[in-house]
Amino acid sequence: MDRPETDQTIRRLIDPFNKKGVEITEATTFAGDLEFDSLTVMDFVAAIEDEFDVIISMNQQAEIETYGQLVGAVHKLQADR
Amino acid sequence: MSEGISQPDKPETLEGESRDLFSKFDDLIAMREGLLASGQEDPFNLVMEKVLSPTRAICNGRDTILLGTYNYMGMTFDPDVVEAGKQALEDFGSGTTGSRVLNGTYQGHKECEDALREFYAMDHAMVFSTGYQANLGIISTIAGKGDYIVLDIDSHASIWDGCAMGKAEVVPFKHNDLEAMEKRLRRIPEGAGKLVVLEGVYSMLGDIAPLKEMVAVAKKYGAMVLVDEAHSMGFIGEHGRGVCEQAGVIDDVDFIIGTFSKSVGTVGGFCVSNHPKFEILRLVCRPYVFTASLPPSVVATAATSIRKLMHGSNKRAHLWENSKRLHGGLKDLGFELGTEEPQSAIVAVIMPDLERGAAMWEALLKEGLYVNLARPPATPANMTLLRCSLCAEHSEEEVETILGMFKRAGKAVGII
Ligand SMILES: Cc1ncc(COP(=O)(O)O)c(C=O)c1O
Repeated sequence: MDRPETDQTIRRLIDPFNKKGVEITEATTFAGDLEFDSLTVMDFVAAIEDEFDVIISMNQQAEIETYGQLVGAVHKLQADR
Repeated sequence: MSEGISQPDKPETLEGESRDLFSKFDDLIAMREGLLASGQEDPFNLVMEKVLSPTRAICNGRDTILLGTYNYMGMTFDPDVVEAGKQALEDFGSGTTGSRVLNGTYQGHKECEDALREFYAMDHAMVFSTGYQANLGIISTIAGKGDYIVLDIDSHASIWDGCAMGKAEVVPFKHNDLEAMEKRLRRIPEGAGKLVVLEGVYSMLGDIAPLKEMVAVAKKYGAMVLVDEAHSMGFIGEHGRGVCEQAGVIDDVDFIIGTFSKSVGTVGGFCVSNHPKFEILRLVCRPYVFTASLPPSVVATAATSIRKLMHGSNKRAHLWENSKRLHGGLKDLGFELGTEEPQSAIVAVIMPDLERGAAMWEALLKEGLYVNLARPPATPANMTLLRCSLCAEHSEEEVETILGMFKRAGKAVGII
């Protein structure tokens, strides 16, 4: 899967968690713009992990603040598999 | 800076309100002040002026039934336990003033570890100064950088802190969700070290883990398994060894962590294991090495209590009766509980929100009942809970009295 495809898939997965319908850009932050709490993060991360069959450990999550960083990280995880 | 000059680029701030390292606590301080301003007794500042027995104390001037102390087996005033402590205090003094690996291992520490090995029928036992340190020390020492820890999202703080301290890759799964756990184990890269961390009883809702299935899955993926039995030791399982024993998987579990601060009735923590290389941990586990050992009186009370717990089947049976009676009674009154059926000695009553939870807590205290108030963010799904932990020393009549108190307080606060 190339980066635009990964981006499209994650956009689809984020939709049910984006309760306020915030516009998603590369710079959108999860804690700030999307107001994800820890439970939402867990469910959202699980959805991505299941879709791409990867692990995003909490250590990796700590490095990811924006949507763009997430797409990049997932893209790389897939490529490394 | 000379007085009276206000610089335009620096807004004036009141003395003591400038930003410093404490600013991050401002929201919490405001929330606490808001709660206390409503006339509420401070739930986190209760003083027990006198303790009359494992189930009764004088709190804030009132004779109070204790229903939130995790003193499951009521060992704190057991005459043999108290006597052993007094004797050790006389014979060995008030403290060891040293680490277990220097001058802090007395005969009593050895005897306490012997008692644990017998209690669990395991080869090795290591006593720590608290249960918190046992989790912190064991987890951080065995799972390091590059290893993977798969754990339940509702794990105790000491487990999370142990994971962070060891710098392993931390992979949580949804509470008690076997399938979510298996998926994560399956995705761990080939060759990486794996540790699964579970609890027997989860203390927030009082529910137990499906250990039979979970331990089997962990083993299938070649992971080591650590189970924290803090809230089940002494009570659950034929010999009181915990949920591992009840589920029949104790031989497949690599490490059991426990505490002396609940059923055992004093303070301290431990890890038991059959791993052939276990003893090396005494040299490499920093929260074991770099702190003073428990006082002689504490290990003497712990050893005596643990040995008595081996023969505690009658008390265990009575505690189950208490748990069932309280759970059933509260359910009949219309309270929402953490579990459909009683699974442990913890019965969690779910409150509609923090305000009414705090009001209910205070109403119960005024009735003469102490329960444990648990609130976000320490709780799963940000619930406010009144956690009740039963004691084998609560009488049948006391449980009925408790139900009456819940009924009156619940109606007064408008929860039932
Ligand atoms: C699950 C669990 N593990 C560990 C601990 C820590 O025990 P201790 O009080 O001995 O530090 C507790 C106590 O709160 C606990 O609930």
